[in-house]
Amino acid sequence: MEHIRMPKVENVRLLDRLSSRRAVVGTLYLTATHVIFVENGSETRKETWVLHSQISSIEKQATTATGCPLLIRCKNFQVIQLVIPQERDCHDVYISLIRLARPVKYEELYCFSFNPKLGKEEREQGWKLVDLNEEYNRMGVPNNYWQISDVNRDYGVCDSYPTEVYVPKSATAHIIVGSSKFRSRRRFPALSYYCKGNNASICRSSQPLSGFSARCLEDEQMLQAIRKANPGSDFIYVVDTRPKLNAMANRAAGKGYENEDNYSNIKFQFIGIENIHVMRNSLQKMLEVCELKSPSMSDFLWGLENSGWLKHIKAIMDAGIFIAKAVAEEGVSVLVHCSDGWDRTAQVCSVASLLLDPYYRTMKGFMVLIEKDWVSFGHKFNHRYGNLDGDPKEISPVIDQFIECVWQLMEQFPCAFEFNERFLIHIQHHIYSCQFGNFLCNSQKERRELKIRERTYSLWAHLWKNRADYLNPVYRSDHSQTQGTLHPQIAPCNFLYKFWSGMYNRFEKGLHPRQSVTDYLMAVKEETQQLEEELEVLQERLANLQKSQSGDNKVKSKQQDRSEQFGLYTSSNSLANTPQEYSKDLKSFPSWSPSQGDEDSALILTQDNLKSSDPDLSANSDQESGVEDLSCRSPSGGGCLPSEDSGKDSDEAVFLAG
Amino acid sequence: LLRSSQPLTGPNRRRCREDEQLLGTILDEGQRGFIIDTRSAQAAKQARMSGGGTEPKSCYPHWRRMHRALDRGRLLQESFIRLVEACSDPSLSMDRWLARLDGSRWLSHVKAALSTACLAAQCLDREHSSVLVHGAEGTDTTLLVTALAQLILDPSCRTLEGFQGLLEREWIQAGHPFHARCARSASAHARGKQEAPLFLLFLDCVWQLSRQFPLSLEFGEQLLLTLFDNAYASAYGTFLCNSERERSLCKVKESTHSLWAWLNQPEEKHKYLNPLYSPNPLVIWPSVEPQSIQLWQGLFLRWIRPSQHLDEAWAEIQRVVEGN
Repeated sequence: MEHIRMPKVENVRLLDRLSSRRAVVGTLYLTATHVIFVENGSETRKETWVLHSQISSIEKQATTATGCPLLIRCKNFQVIQLVIPQERDCHDVYISLIRLARPVKYEELYCFSFNPKLGKEEREQGWKLVDLNEEYNRMGVPNNYWQISDVNRDYGVCDSYPTEVYVPKSATAHIIVGSSKFRSRRRFPALSYYCKGNNASICRSSQPLSGFSARCLEDEQMLQAIRKANPGSDFIYVVDTRPKLNAMANRAAGKGYENEDNYSNIKFQFIGIENIHVMRNSLQKMLEVCELKSPSMSDFLWGLENSGWLKHIKAIMDAGIFIAKAVAEEGVSVLVHCSDGWDRTAQVCSVASLLLDPYYRTMKGFMVLIEKDWVSFGHKFNHRYGNLDGDPKEISPVIDQFIECVWQLMEQFPCAFEFNERFLIHIQHHIYSCQFGNFLCNSQKERRELKIRERTYSLWAHLWKNRADYLNPVYRSDHSQTQGTLHPQIAPCNFLYKFWSGMYNRFEKGLHPRQSVTDYLMAVKEETQQLEEELEVLQERLANLQKSQSGDNKVKSKQQDRSEQFGLYTSSNSLANTPQEYSKDLKSFPSWSPSQGDEDSALILTQDNLKSSDPDLSANSDQESGVEDLSCRSPSGGGCLPSEDSGKDSDEAVFLAG
Repeated sequence: LLRSSQPLTGPNRRRCREDEQLLGTILDEGQRGFIIDTRSAQAAKQARMSGGGTEPKSCYPHWRRMHRALDRGRLLQESFIRLVEACSDPSLSMDRWLARLDGSRWLSHVKAALSTACLAAQCLDREHSSVLVHGAEGTDTTLLVTALAQLILDPSCRTLEGFQGLLEREWIQAGHPFHARCARSASAHARGKQEAPLFLLFLDCVWQLSRQFPLSLEFGEQLLLTLFDNAYASAYGTFLCNSERERSLCKVKESTHSLWAWLNQPEEKHKYLNPLYSPNPLVIWPSVEPQSIQLWQGLFLRWIRPSQHLDEAWAEIQRVVEGN
């Protein structure tokens, strides 16, 4: 609280990004964990909550006649434009936010004060929901070829690895330790995924410290051990996910890649995925396109292409496809690494696993996948997503890219995933929100030192509790799409990669399809289920009554009444909206005098007109626009997404068009 | 909502009392009307040199004219051809795909058409004003705008029956020259002068609406694809010739079958219905931001992209809805 210079400012305007004319006036509050904007006057008193952890950047813009503008950009791609009347106040808010958005201690983060009012046992149970030992057992290890090694039990070998890793049976502790000394950050080859069907596996590591000519017997033995753990193949692939040039450059620094001459029976492969700096810039460019005011189609398409974002997504996907193919079709094990083995390696291993194993396409399985390949293997959440104030060059949208790969796959294979888009968006949101403790710190070691499990709550438990919201209505576990390996088309496929407006324009509801097919189908399914249950009950009753042979007229009428109650759910009627400003030339809002302007200027949009097609929110089934979901409001309340639920609703779809 | 062709003002600024009277009677006392001219102001002015032109402000005092340039004719046909070429180019790398897509300008045309239709709809619905739409001939972009505007405004046009009625009224009977426009499509080397995919552009816009409002149209993508096919080559007489007059001369009604009759048969109809349809009495306002307008893959990548998984998804959707 000591960082807050100005806890409350009144008469602040919140601008709609797309229509600078459409502003709401309200009060701005700064708390220890959130920035809150409360609308004045309106009956609903709409609130916009933003967690400090979500704030990516704050820009104080030039003071105008109307006040001092403050632009807040969030890591979940929400952009909030405020106008604060007094420059002094604006400055105070700005300074406070700068500090609040850059915590120096973990204890400042929301997860340490977040209290969903669950008992200690429930909190513990929540953490136990995802159990990696169970997962490895499910895969089929340990077995004749693979064993658990506790060589890292005190993080003595590699401090970014978990205490328990799975290694080939023939890899002794000596080999592991030797290999770890020859690998960047000591990240020796360890098992990521094991394919029961053909013994092929995906292993992961970091780059070898081979320089131009260095060798390490133990490291070579390690790779041999991996090969031997798969009797069905006499070689393994070693996949370096970096561009060849970068890998070669690393050699000058004493690192590099595996030389096929030194390592027997390996086939080496570069799959060029760019590094974290390129990705950071790519996202930046794409977000700039998203912030354009009334872009033309060309502006958008050129901007998107220029950012290179979709190209990078495709590169990650292609790498995953290559590995999945190697494992499923060729039955060959793969060792994957990049530089440090915690970014591109994680992306590629998890995409490949997702393609290979339908379990990871279930809700639980997906949580397990992230826990395994990202959390346990030491992906640097803190550095990459800025839990704490750190080096801006470490920030990069690595897991965002993985999540987008999953979404792209969902679009290509709509029946294959048990979860829906909302699940992915909420996970991404919480990776940055620090509301839960799963994605804190840079390694398992750090998390244990901080006693995360005892002091915070698990996101997985929260999502699992609300899993009904995250289901995909067209998923069926017995569907052909959900069985076995997924085979995305490799070529031609440029058109298969779409811009994910649900994520990058998440808070601009007007941009998205106004009616949610997912929600509609889920409602239909629910109703069907209710009807079926009701039918069963009534049938039973009918059977009983028939036995006792009483008058069945009464029974019949009861049946009719019940089925009338369950009228077909119609959620769509209320999902209307206001028209955009389809004309560039609209000069003023809300009122416009016909005598002003020239012939080409367009229309009068008065408040009255707009109100006539206000959406009937109460009948709206789309959770995201549920303003009345009050339980999310306070930090001590339920742990949902305040900034989202009270964000812009479909009423505010008034914005300029080209 | 009215449509016409351009007034024959000519270089000498001719007037026509009857025309002025006609437009005058449409407006109530004190009311104002809008004229949406689908040519750019420049093009409309130039049209005067060849005998056409625009409504002079002084003669039509209660009508405000707006120009919304919509491409037609050669330009649109070229756009279509470039898009189809980009889609079927196997050597196209990810690096260049979006540039080629943009280079075709097809999506820009979709955006422009939807925006103009929304503008017309807005005038009617929000301003409670009458709207007159015309381009040059009144047979191409004019029909695009009026038909789309009705879909946006009128829920009855969004039913299967209503949509067929809309097509009959606003495209077929209104005299869109199908024979000239839908001769060779995009792959033909002989690029006919009259060829232009206006009707396809209309169908694309309808598809965009269905994507943004998946519950509000009673028909699905299959209908749009079928209409596209039949406009170019058909076993039915519905899209033959260039006007009602020609159809009458060729005795189309006596010698051919109607596409509508076939589509509406119970055993055919269900293929074209949208299982998610839920009548929506409100006006549906689409977003015309670039992120909201997507490439109609079902048509442009119809033979290139494998549709198996998407078909399965649709079957599943059908199953869920029918289960209820």
